[in-house]
Amino acid sequence: MTVTEEHAPEIGKARARKEDARLITGRSRYTDNMVLPGMLHLAMVRSPLARARITSIDTSAARSAPGVVRVLTGKDLTGEQGSMPNAWPVTEDQKAPPHPAVAEETVNFAGEIVAVVIARSPAAARDAVELVDVDYEPLTPVVDLATAARDEELIYPELGTNHSATWVFDSAEAGTGGDIKEAISAAEIVVERTFRQQRLIPAFMEPRSTVVDPTGEQLTVWSATQIPHILRVMLALTLGIPESKLRVIAPDVGGGFGGKLQVTPEEVITVLAARHTGKPCKYTETRSETMVGAHHGRDQIQTLRISAKADGTVTGLDVHLVANMGAYLGLITSGIPILGAFMYNGIYKFPAYRFECTNVFTNQVWTDAYRGAGRPEATFAIERMMDELATELGMDPIEVREKNWIQHDEFPFATVSSLEYDSGNYEAATAKALELFGYDELRAEQTRRRESGDVVQLGIGVSTFTEMCGLAPSRVLGALSYAAGGWEHAQVRVLPTGKVEVVTGVSPHGQGHVTSWSQIVADRLGVAFEDVEVLHGDTQVSQRGLDTYGSRSLAVGGMAVVAAADKVIEKAKVVAAHLLEAATDDIEFSGGQFTVRGTDQGVGFGDVAFAVFAAHDLPDGFEPSLDSDATYDPENFSFPHGTHLAAMEVDTETGQVRVRKYVCVDDVGNVINPMIVDGQVHGGLAQGIAQALFEEAVYDDSGTLLTGSFTEYLVPSAPDLPSFTTDRTVTPSTTNALGVKGVGEAGTIASTPAIVNGVLDAIRQFGVSDVEMPCSPSRVWHAIQAARVGSGAGTGHTGTGGEEARR
Amino acid sequence: MASRTITLTVDGVSYTDDVEPRLLLVQYLREVLGKTGTLVGCDTTNCGACTVLVDGESIKSCTMLAVEADGHEVTTIEGLATDGQLHPLQKAFNECHALQCGFCTSGMIMQSVSLLAENSRPTDQEVREGLEGNLCRCTGYQNIVAAVQQAAGEGAAR
Repeated sequence: MTVTEEHAPEIGKARARKEDARLITGRSRYTDNMVLPGMLHLAMVRSPLARARITSIDTSAARSAPGVVRVLTGKDLTGEQGSMPNAWPVTEDQKAPPHPAVAEETVNFAGEIVAVVIARSPAAARDAVELVDVDYEPLTPVVDLATAARDEELIYPELGTNHSATWVFDSAEAGTGGDIKEAISAAEIVVERTFRQQRLIPAFMEPRSTVVDPTGEQLTVWSATQIPHILRVMLALTLGIPESKLRVIAPDVGGGFGGKLQVTPEEVITVLAARHTGKPCKYTETRSETMVGAHHGRDQIQTLRISAKADGTVTGLDVHLVANMGAYLGLITSGIPILGAFMYNGIYKFPAYRFECTNVFTNQVWTDAYRGAGRPEATFAIERMMDELATELGMDPIEVREKNWIQHDEFPFATVSSLEYDSGNYEAATAKALELFGYDELRAEQTRRRESGDVVQLGIGVSTFTEMCGLAPSRVLGALSYAAGGWEHAQVRVLPTGKVEVVTGVSPHGQGHVTSWSQIVADRLGVAFEDVEVLHGDTQVSQRGLDTYGSRSLAVGGMAVVAAADKVIEKAKVVAAHLLEAATDDIEFSGGQFTVRGTDQGVGFGDVAFAVFAAHDLPDGFEPSLDSDATYDPENFSFPHGTHLAAMEVDTETGQVRVRKYVCVDDVGNVINPMIVDGQVHGGLAQGIAQALFEEAVYDDSGTLLTGSFTEYLVPSAPDLPSFTTDRTVTPSTTNALGVKGVGEAGTIASTPAIVNGVLDAIRQFGVSDVEMPCSPSRVWHAIQAARVGSGAGTGHTGTGGEEARR
Repeated sequence: MASRTITLTVDGVSYTDDVEPRLLLVQYLREVLGKTGTLVGCDTTNCGACTVLVDGESIKSCTMLAVEADGHEVTTIEGLATDGQLHPLQKAFNECHALQCGFCTSGMIMQSVSLLAENSRPTDQEVREGLEGNLCRCTGYQNIVAAVQQAAGEGAAR
């Protein structure tokens, strides 16, 4: 047995994805594609009112309609449906109303389910929805967040308030920094601003769908979900079904972005329908139902005060949030703004920090995770504030950031919000971004346009960011009162032919885990990329896991895969030593070959695998299996960072905004597959830019969603977006052996403030100090007009550029 | 509702079926023929996930009734590869990482086929405008544009 072939490294290679073969040929397996014998179809009756008491429901006409099998109301399910779970009670005195999957007595947002039609075809079910006669006694809806916070009209009188909880972090109390009051009273300058994080709709492309088959020994649930494992636990707890009798499968899932990080009423209802009828049941929502019934994201009012010295050194940050929960607390609704609490200090060395968030109910669909989940809100606010501070002090926005950021030689760095950043190099990422962007040239062009009074003014938007990824160390989640841990599981199974199956507890829905995990395992075990099969998303196959969200999959799930693969190698070394008649300690493993140190004697991974399968000649007491499990609980978060620069053109006559150039340099640590990483950044940028410029979920005063389809809710299409310049610096995470940090949310987090800062940089000269998101042509135009009227001619504040531009 | 008999060709195979007049073409493809490669992403003809070719031209199959397709030739994503060979656009979408979750992909590829048939060497901006009716939430479109350009360079419009 001698050493033969070399194994070229897979990590770092831009491998085309394994997943694509099915998806580009239409052999996809999304939940709605599934058809089972005798399957019944559900359609939902949804409340048109945002707040009302249900006085009666007449289902007789629907029940006798052609093809209808059964109609269920909340009363039919009382005692059986429980209350939808909230896994994150952020304070001990958090208040929350009961949340039945089908409303029993009252409805609290327009779109809430009040009855369920079960029929033999989707069309029959939908037809019969029209025949269900619901009488409502309208109640006064509380739609506006600030109004709700004032507690004038109580949505749930029994709670005594619209406030769900108030959560506070104070660096003086925590011992992580100074006292904010002292910082502000001693400040040479204090800047206070209020920002509005508009409500967004995740708008994954695949509408949610659930199929439940009750005919087997286990109740099998297929669902368009990011979280099959969490869903299984939560369905068991909510419905009192033994967890061992539930199998949950997330087949192909068409995007999530946090929007499918939920245990939904629709999932619970489909389980109950299958239980009631004894037949497989399917529910697939229409897009209009997604818009009104699936959770939204963001929706906060942020008030920040920053104190600083006259040279731009920040001395303290005080953050007050009012966060819109909507009508109920979903799975982690209450924790989303709290995830941001640790990120308002961004990449900076702020000596004092206080954060206070009040969670408030309104009569709107509940909010919950949406790409970034708390961290985009925090990053937007602090990056807007750094620009405001720069403006007040007459400094360049880069300069004020440089003055405050953590230097590369100061890592690991204990932050004022109690985190420990393990690594980073903000100087390097920023320098690279400035060079790619042509910062000085664009500043010169900006000056020329101002001086010539060009109708189209140029603005330069700067944003830096870091985020806490790799959710999460279980002990930290425990300290934050989250109901579960943050570990991840993997299993590596070695087949007789030397091929490898990898089972992962994360649950991809577009992120390319199958490809990336194959690359990791190929390198770790020295097997071919093609010889690794990655299995996921089925609780019968992937028996343990905590699923995919929060840029955790690689930093946590990938590490579990590494740990399991390393256990395989340790077992295989014992067999290799036996076969080579050497001591185990003398066996080295590299490139798929076990060799005896200092000799050319070796045996390949495949030969060892077959020897273990045959089990004819193994060391005494050796259990004939190389298969290994690992559960990895991270010791710390990971902290990707980056610098994003946007050149924004604003037509001062129409308010039209154009992204002329977008450069980002992200540091996500080591990269497994650069093509996948770039793809994640592109998509993230698109969503962050969409918040800045296009998207907003708008309710009218009665609580009706006005942006209830893609006609009104402006998900950007191809011509709305530029081609991005993306690049990287690589500062490996020191927390995990792969040196990876996470990339799923980076683009979304950093791009929104870059864009808005750029828009403002173009039109501050006219006296504009803020434009609410989304910065639509109408908003931008009105801001310019209002500033011109407000400041008046001749104050000098708007400068000549504004007057010139008006011509 | 009285059903109507339609005869049409889908992906090279002729079918004759009785359908309800209100049945959408996409429902016919998915529910009657089992061609689930064509997907439904919205109910307002905004997203383009259900795009197919009818007599060589792209159409959102949620906008067309099955009875309107009577006598016509429909091509779905499942009929795009020939003799086991991927269409250059399918190959380019894979090589350029032009898809993530894959839900928009069938429609995006079919729309790109139509786009290149009309303009065999488009500029990037023309590609973007040609795909305006197809939404993707994952990719930011950058790699989709690259994939269409790669396929165009390989003569996909032939």
